[in-house]
Amino acid sequence: MEEENEVKLHGMWVSTYSKRVELALRVKGIPYEYIEEDLSNKSPLLLQYNPVHKKVPVLVHNGKPLAESGIILEYIDETWNYAPLLLPEDPYQRAQIRFWANFIDHQMFEAVAKVLTTDGEAQKTAIEEAYENMEAIEKGMEQLFPDGARKIDGQNLGLLDIMVSAVLGTQRANEQVQGVKIVDPERFPLMFSWVEQLNELPVVKGVFPPHAKVVAFLQFIRKNALKPSSS
Amino acid sequence: MAEEVVLLDFWPSMFGVRVRIVLAEKGIEYEYREEDLRNKSSLLLQMNPVHKKIPVLIHKGKPVCESSIIVQYIDEVWHDKAPLLPSDPYQRAQASAWSKIENAFVWIFFVFDELDFNPPRRIWSTKGEEQEAAKKEFIEVLKVLEEQLKDKPFFGGETLGYVDVCLIGYYCWFYAYETFGNFSIEAECPQIIAWAKRCMQKESVSKTLPDVKKVFGFVQEVRKKFGVD
Repeated sequence: MEEENEVKLHGMWVSTYSKRVELALRVKGIPYEYIEEDLSNKSPLLLQYNPVHKKVPVLVHNGKPLAESGIILEYIDETWNYAPLLLPEDPYQRAQIRFWANFIDHQMFEAVAKVLTTDGEAQKTAIEEAYENMEAIEKGMEQLFPDGARKIDGQNLGLLDIMVSAVLGTQRANEQVQGVKIVDPERFPLMFSWVEQLNELPVVKGVFPPHAKVVAFLQFIRKNALKPSSS
Repeated sequence: MAEEVVLLDFWPSMFGVRVRIVLAEKGIEYEYREEDLRNKSSLLLQMNPVHKKIPVLIHKGKPVCESSIIVQYIDEVWHDKAPLLPSDPYQRAQASAWSKIENAFVWIFFVFDELDFNPPRRIWSTKGEEQEAAKKEFIEVLKVLEEQLKDKPFFGGETLGYVDVCLIGYYCWFYAYETFGNFSIEAECPQIIAWAKRCMQKESVSKTLPDVKKVFGFVQEVRKKFGVD
């Protein structure tokens, strides 16, 4: 008897956490039903499934729910454990990939958010921090991929590709809104090339919102962050 | 064999202690190196240039950083001895998810891989309303854990698992929290204390966890440093 393989994803169109799971599902060719969640009015279904965190994304596989995009990504890789594998098989390489995935997810993400939501002196500081993080990533990636710039292949995306796409993929839109470039092609050639290549892939274009929509959303965030009186 | 595995650590660290417990559970010999966080060794800076934090596991000369990544790495390499994570992907995912509840603890307590002690944490470093709020939050998190534990001996089931190992490191801090916070954790969450005592019956835990009084003394020093007393 063939096992039913029902996959549902509760997500949000602006959530990069949601997007990374979608990307993984598509890269692996896993059919899924997408349910858009309005976070201001969370569905009882979502709350029922996610008692600890109450956030999107939530993946429901054959009725069993999972939260936290990082955990979901590894679950997808282990359950549909055919190529492309999101994580390599060697434990040491896995550890390195997990380290950089965490770094991009936390440090880099926070740095990117700070640059977007500040101006003046505060933004100058945020930009310095962002550059420091970019340098660390650039160096780290040079070590991970010593053969030079990665040749990105839409059929063979891995966990880091997904993370880079999710956190740095909207950099052109960010630049337009905040007036400053973080992924500088001269300072960070490896990362710049990586982001550009990822953004050209049909599978990435298919998952992430169009440029204009992202710009509008980022503008909304920046405007609210810079309002003189914050609630 | 021992020179193959080196652990750079700081004795009170909740993150370091879980790595030590896992190494003990699996019977892995290793060289322990205490780091003075005010004067980090060149080895630490070389092995973890990005974060400069402990714990760092060095296996055959190659570093692995961040405690959860280290624990997963150890479990994958020495997979035949005392496996921590379940083999079923869904259960693994659940275990990973539950271990992250400690992020709530980090806000309430203290992280020691940074010795700038900045900012001080709430239960033992504040007073009045802020302290009461911190205590309340802490008990709430413990109660969520109690619900998850139910009538299992360990979060991992019949034996110590990933979640047990990630959380038990906080237990040796309870005495300090109770004293400075002036409350009894056992009164509010008896099942958590019962679970902790069961964990302590395992040698890998009891021989690894720092002494409760030593931790208390450490917290006292930190409080003085910040003029909390």
